[in-house]
Amino acid sequence: MSLLPYFVAGWLLLIGCFGVVRSRDLVHTVVCVAIAQSGTYVLLLSIGFQYGASAPVQGAPGPVVDPVVQALTLTDIVVSATVTALLLALVIQIAKRTDTVDPDELDELRG
Amino acid sequence: MTPLLVVAFLLVAAGGTTVVLTREPSRQAVTLSVYGILLTLLFVLLQAPDVALSQVAVGSAVVPLMVLLAVRKVRGKR
Amino acid sequence: MTRSARWIVFWLGAGGVGVLIVLALLKMPSFGGLVHPYRELSVPAAIGRSSPNIVSSVNFDQRALDTLGEETILLGSVVGAAALLRPSKDEREQLDQDEGRVLEATKLLGYLLLPVTLIVGADVVTHGHLTPGGGFQGGVVLATAVHLLYVAGSYKMLRRVRPKSWYQVAEAVAAGAFVVLGLVGLLLTGAFLANIFPRGVLGDLFSSGTVFYLNVAVGAEVTSGVVVLLSGFLAQALSVREVR
Repeated sequence: MSLLPYFVAGWLLLIGCFGVVRSRDLVHTVVCVAIAQSGTYVLLLSIGFQYGASAPVQGAPGPVVDPVVQALTLTDIVVSATVTALLLALVIQIAKRTDTVDPDELDELRG
Repeated sequence: MTPLLVVAFLLVAAGGTTVVLTREPSRQAVTLSVYGILLTLLFVLLQAPDVALSQVAVGSAVVPLMVLLAVRKVRGKR
Repeated sequence: MTRSARWIVFWLGAGGVGVLIVLALLKMPSFGGLVHPYRELSVPAAIGRSSPNIVSSVNFDQRALDTLGEETILLGSVVGAAALLRPSKDEREQLDQDEGRVLEATKLLGYLLLPVTLIVGADVVTHGHLTPGGGFQGGVVLATAVHLLYVAGSYKMLRRVRPKSWYQVAEAVAAGAFVVLGLVGLLLTGAFLANIFPRGVLGDLFSSGTVFYLNVAVGAEVTSGVVVLLSGFLAQALSVREVR
């Protein structure tokens, strides 16, 4: 049971990749990438957690949870949002140029 | 592990799965927003108020809004 | 690659990665345990520099160089997205005369929430070193506040109070300010992004030295970055039309 948090993180990564492969719409693909990335938030925060410890703001008595992984997660979330925005902007450009957002209909994306 | 944490982790896993399995991107914006709130609740339980604040603003408001606007633009093209 | 071939590649890859993930996770320290070496180092360092919110201290003092990297990713993504979202040669911006109807209650709520959200956002940014929050979170709140004007019913009004070029300039200036603060530290102490300002009394608004100023710089950058992004998406979705 004590490994559940880590497996949830791994699951989010894999299900996100699954969504990317299954996707028939590039907007959907971008959202699935964001889900895969959210696995890293869960993993980082789970590593830093300690039972009975309080939030890393001084004033609380007793031990605090690890602030370093929280700082990593914090910037991770903001970067994820801006990268998602960049990818969505790319999707809009693709839609303008090719009139489709289905990856299978895009010649450029065919292997 | 406390039952509350187990439930929060399972809800996040289920939420992420639901977002991926939602085929229609405009509906995905809604499920993504709900998933953002589930993540926020988990972060609060994990004693991470800074991260929770960031997640609630970004994950349940800004990103779903950008997804909706992108969907609207892309649909308008067709 | 055909669809079925893609699935075969995916299942092989996902299976392999899945096995590796499981093998790695089985060796992880147990969840909620007592061993946190980073914490033992970062908490005393944060207290020594009058920064009660240890996460802010880590972000803007102890590993501020990493935050500069994150901030540069943010700047790069915003510049890239803004360039991609620009109206192209055969597109013109047209504003619909009819903006649709919005419930009076929604309008009122939007106008009431606008100042409240602005104050909350500013508070979250400026108290980032004391309470949970900081430039990243507060910046997003401030950018959201500006867009309540759209919720309150008028896209035209939003466009008037939100001259995009100002936010683009603010974005660059704020990113530059972060580097300048770092260089000042380099000149005065020989370490890039060193904490050079007076650290003050633990708990005061102007305490924790550079953390406060870096928080404000990041707050300004995130605010203007998110505003530029949302304005690009809003314009594409609402007013940019192809002219044939």
